[in-house]
Amino acid sequence: MSLDLVALALLMGAVTYPSRALPILAPGIERLPPRALEYLRLVGPGVLAALAAVSVLVVREGGAAPTLHIGIEFAAVLAGIAVVRWRRNVFLGIAVAVILVALVRAIAPA
Amino acid sequence: MPSTPSATAADAPSSADPDAHLNPSAARRRMIVDALGMVVSASAFGLVYGLAARQGGLSIVEMLAMSVFVLAGAAQFAAIGLITQGVPWLAILLLTALLNARHLLYSAALAPWLAGRRRLQRAAMAHVLTDEAFGLALPLFQRIGRADVPGYWLAASLIVLPWMAMNVVGYVGGQGIPDPARLGLDVVFPAAMAGIAVGLVTGRRELTAAVVGAAVAVGVAVVLEPAVGIVAGGLLGPLAGLLVPARAAGDAGAAAAGSADQPSPHGDDPQVGLAG
Repeated sequence: MSLDLVALALLMGAVTYPSRALPILAPGIERLPPRALEYLRLVGPGVLAALAAVSVLVVREGGAAPTLHIGIEFAAVLAGIAVVRWRRNVFLGIAVAVILVALVRAIAPA
Repeated sequence: MPSTPSATAADAPSSADPDAHLNPSAARRRMIVDALGMVVSASAFGLVYGLAARQGGLSIVEMLAMSVFVLAGAAQFAAIGLITQGVPWLAILLLTALLNARHLLYSAALAPWLAGRRRLQRAAMAHVLTDEAFGLALPLFQRIGRADVPGYWLAASLIVLPWMAMNVVGYVGGQGIPDPARLGLDVVFPAAMAGIAVGLVTGRRELTAAVVGAAVAVGVAVVLEPAVGIVAGGLLGPLAGLLVPARAAGDAGAAAAGSADQPSPHGDDPQVGLAG
C-alpha cells in the first residue's frame, strides 16, 4: 500500500492550519476596538453569502476560466432563502432547493 | 445575545431574532436540525471523494490522511485532480493555501467568542473549522449569547464523521453510486450557506455585508479565481456593512461601544457552556 501521499496530505494540512488557527490563537483579540469587533461580527453574513454566491453562480468547466452561470441552481437557492426567511428553518430551505433542482433536472436534463 | 457587562438596552433580544436567549440544549437541537441537509450533502460528496481518490490512484490511507489533515473538500478534490495530472507538490500546496484562505475569516469571526478559552482547546478547535462548522457554530453562539464549546464540537462532528465514514464507503464500494448532482445534492451546500447567512441578518448592516459580499465575490471570482472572490467578498462585504450608519441600521448590536451583539469574553463562562 502506497503511503507517499501521506506526506503531501501533512503538508497540505500544514499550509491550511494557519488560516484556521492564527486569528483564534491571537492574543488580545477581545481587546480590539469596538469598530474592529463590529467588523468581525459582520464577517459571518458577508463570507457565508460570498461562499454561497460563488458556489451557485460561478462555474468552471475543466481548466477553463470561471464564468457566470445563472441557472436553476440560483433560482433554487433564492427559493430556499425565501423559505428560510419565511419559516426560519434552514433544513426546510435546503429541502426546497434540492427538490426544485432535482425536479427540473429530471424534466429537462442538461 | 452576549451578556456583556457594559451592555445596556441593546441587551434585549432583537425583535428580528426570536431565537435569541435560547438555552444551550435548545440551541443545539436547533443546530442539529439546521445541519441535517449538510450531513446528507457531506455524506454524498464524501462518497464521491472516496471514489475519486481510488480512481486517482490514492491508497485508502492516503485518502484518509487527506481528510484527517486537510479536512477541506474543495482542496481535497482539487488535489486529486492535480496529483493525477502529475502537478508538482509545491503547486498543489500553493493552490491548497489559496483555496483555504477563507478559513482566516471564519477564524477571525469566531476569535472574539473563544477569547478566554484555553489555548490548547482553541488550537484543537481550529483544526475542525470547516465551512459547515463555522456556519453552524456562529448562529449557535449567537443564539446562546456566548461560546458553546461542546456545541462547537458537535457541529464539527456532524459534518466530519459522516464525511470520513463515507470516504471509506466510497473508496471500498462506490462504483455504483449515482452522481449526487443528479439528485440535486450539489445545491445543498450553497443553499445551506445562504440559509445560515439569512439567519445571521438581523439588521441593515448584516444585510449590506451579505449582499455586497456576495456581489463582490461573484465579480472577483469571474475575473480572477473563485477562491479569491470568496475572500474578497468576505473582506469587503463587512466593510460595506460598517458604512451603514448604526442608528439608521436598526441593528441590535450596531457599532457603539458596549454593543450587546459584540461577543465578549466577560460573558463567556466556560462552566455554563460545559454544563450545557
